[in-house]
Amino acid sequence: MGVATVTSTTGEAGANTVKGAGPAQLEVRGVTKAFPGCLANDDISFRIEPGEIHALLGENGAGKSTLVKIIYGVLQADEGELIWEGKPVTIASPHDAREMGIGLVFQHFSLFETMTVLENIALAMNDVRDMDALRKQVLEVEKTYGLPLDPDRHVYTLSVGERQRIEIVRCLLQNPKLLILDEPTSVLTPQEVEKLFETLRRLADEGCAILYISHKLHEVKALCQKATVLRGGKVVGGCDPREETAKSMAEMMIGQKLTAPDRGKSREFGDVRLAVSNLSLESDEQFGTDLKGINLEVRGGEIMGVAGVAGNGQNELFRALAGETEQQAAPDSIKIDGKSVAHFGPRRRRRLGATFVPEERNGHGAVPDMSLSENGFLTAFRRMALSARGLIREVPTKSFADNIIKTFDVRTTGSGAEAGSLSGGNLQKFIVGREILQDPGVLVISQPTWGVDAGAASAIHQALLDLAAKGTAVLVISQDLDEIYAICDSVVVMAEGKMSKPRPMADVSIEEIGLLMGGLHDLEGNATPANNTQVEGGRVGQA
Amino acid sequence: MVRLEPRRQHSQAMVYLSPVLAILMTLVVGGIIFAFMGKNPFDALYTFFILPINNSYGISELFVKATPLVIIAVGLAMGFRANVWNIGAEGQLTMGAIFGGGLALYFHDSESILLMPAMFVLGALGGAFWGAIPALLRTKFNANEILTSLMLTYVATLFLSFLVHGPWRNPEGFNFPESRPFPDAGLLPIIFEGSRVHLGTAVAVFVVIAGWLLLSKSVIGFQLRVVGKAPQAARHVGFRQKRMVWFTLLLGGALAGLAGLFEVSGPIGQLQPSISPGYGFTAIIVAFLGRLHPVGILFGGLIMALTYLGGELAQITLGLPNAVTGLFQGILLFFLLASDVLTKYRIRFGSIAAKGRTA
Repeated sequence: MGVATVTSTTGEAGANTVKGAGPAQLEVRGVTKAFPGCLANDDISFRIEPGEIHALLGENGAGKSTLVKIIYGVLQADEGELIWEGKPVTIASPHDAREMGIGLVFQHFSLFETMTVLENIALAMNDVRDMDALRKQVLEVEKTYGLPLDPDRHVYTLSVGERQRIEIVRCLLQNPKLLILDEPTSVLTPQEVEKLFETLRRLADEGCAILYISHKLHEVKALCQKATVLRGGKVVGGCDPREETAKSMAEMMIGQKLTAPDRGKSREFGDVRLAVSNLSLESDEQFGTDLKGINLEVRGGEIMGVAGVAGNGQNELFRALAGETEQQAAPDSIKIDGKSVAHFGPRRRRRLGATFVPEERNGHGAVPDMSLSENGFLTAFRRMALSARGLIREVPTKSFADNIIKTFDVRTTGSGAEAGSLSGGNLQKFIVGREILQDPGVLVISQPTWGVDAGAASAIHQALLDLAAKGTAVLVISQDLDEIYAICDSVVVMAEGKMSKPRPMADVSIEEIGLLMGGLHDLEGNATPANNTQVEGGRVGQA
Repeated sequence: MVRLEPRRQHSQAMVYLSPVLAILMTLVVGGIIFAFMGKNPFDALYTFFILPINNSYGISELFVKATPLVIIAVGLAMGFRANVWNIGAEGQLTMGAIFGGGLALYFHDSESILLMPAMFVLGALGGAFWGAIPALLRTKFNANEILTSLMLTYVATLFLSFLVHGPWRNPEGFNFPESRPFPDAGLLPIIFEGSRVHLGTAVAVFVVIAGWLLLSKSVIGFQLRVVGKAPQAARHVGFRQKRMVWFTLLLGGALAGLAGLFEVSGPIGQLQPSISPGYGFTAIIVAFLGRLHPVGILFGGLIMALTYLGGELAQITLGLPNAVTGLFQGILLFFLLASDVLTKYRIRFGSIAAKGRTA
């Protein structure tokens, strides 16, 4: 059985290892991996000691994922070797990796949506015979590490944040000696992040080596003792994050100087352009979050952030604003430039000058196996007059896409390339650019820089700031508080389908936002007694 | 060991090669089957695939058979692109024949040149009406259109049978279950002297061009591709799926109805209990063989038409049962679907020892 409780097994691991002495937990020597037309890893070498928290830094496409896949046995290196506890090893499959004690929390979750949490965990274990015993262990780990999850919920009903918790729990169940985490904090509140860090530090103290992949550099600085920086498939340097600044590490990653987003002069806000009043809507999804009495007003020139832990109604809010919901909101509950649009579909809302960028790029914001030209046409054909008499106007359609590609520096082979062939950051730049170039009066954007590299993220942030400076009302739904602090003028927090009152960014501390994310509305005085009886993701920090 | 390995990108080459591969495999397996039936496989394949078209009359017959297949398949492909699975084209074809043919019977002594255009319209309306029923059931009650459209096929064919056995039976027809012959004004003009190639063949070419324009150049074609490829993106921009269900079922039904009308006012010239050797079903294969692309469908239609001609000839000269036609069509569809796996996966021979172990 590969199953053992975490506390006892990591204890064992801790007993026979002393930090810095003896062989490395894992040493990567000269690993090279080529794909057709791309050298993903080029002679990469570094080592991780037992009990060390080691950051792997690099932009998207720097080769981090490939390297992780090689360590986890998903891919085989063309050249080079892996040394595990002093001995060269072949890690032929994830099965082998798990048996050796390597755990991985993927960035893209490898979960079966139609199965339950417990079944998914069982599938990832090398050998499970007793589901009841496993359930007990799962509940124990959840309790120990503060990762609440109902083992019998089906995965498709869970939010992104909750899904990640499954991945973490199932790794912790497996007696890891090396735990790899790929962008683990994107979906957590600051308090949850701190709690995760405590967990990771404890694991490290017990001797578990941790390979931590993140683009959030202040987190790396707070957590990691060493960092290896990749760029273009090569190791370009190593550092001690504690002695670096976030800016210096970011510059090492992208290989050039970084400029902070230019917020311009303090802006005057214009009239209210997007108004939501007392919007309540049942979720279309079975286990979705119903919206309860949402109120907000975004003025021209203002960027308002919607903070919150994943699954607290942000997706429902986005769909309600974009007009995607089956059910209609109450009349007058949503207004664009003073005009009630609650009964309008997406096309009529867009005609009034609202544009939208959903969280999911592939299949929601863009059609992966259509060309960029066609994807430009997708949302812009009316506003940009790309069609005439029911036919697609080929020339303006192509030049619109070319314009997006040029203006937003989208790296691609051209407007004929399929959207699915672009990297996440480039596709996001294309989608954001597509909406911005339509010169919207209102832009609602969800997770603008999710899974996007630092260079693309700063370009997107700058574009949003520039757009607001021209008088557009921008609503940014984001789980990334850094992002909200970087670009927003004001912030509201969603928890359990309710929304806090808007607060100017300057007046609100990260702790307060964290508490609001946990569902504590009492702070503002409009008491909604938090219902603490049910186990629910995102409730932390109430104590 | 042979393994299937996912490709990083869909292979464009395989999209076009897989029909060719499927046809080759069908020939090989077909040859083997002929051998088991005690025929020389080369002779049999020659009889089946070459002999029917080694003279100009044979080629003209190929066009006659391909006409309904192509017209129907273009309509079906629109639906398949939007994930609307209308497999009841045979029934829509039958209703088109009943509506349009009924008009010809009602005006059986007419000489008006308006009769033919009116029959076109009614034929299309009849098919569209039969397509509207699954559309209504799907959009109102979420009933699966695969089942409803298929079941309605049997209703339509039995309805036709009822009409020609009863109310529409030819009073001068010695009690045969057939309608009156259509008046000359209700018969499609022949466009090549000495053959049976009728106006419908020209319409089929027009349908291919119009279908191509609709699919790749029009906003509505764009909408149905988006609805099919990324339903969530379609919802995001307000392309309504229900509207696409209506559009594709009405269009597919109308085209099938038109094809049915062409059969009864062209090669057949009257209503009979059976007016189609399964064109509505074969058109499904044609649509996929043509990669759901109107121009591809033109070629797919010709190939499938050949299996009909070959089957007839094999019956006459080799004494093979008519089921051979259906067998060939089935084998072709089977291999087509199997070869399509290769657009997403590649075959790897041999194995890296390390990869042999799986979790």
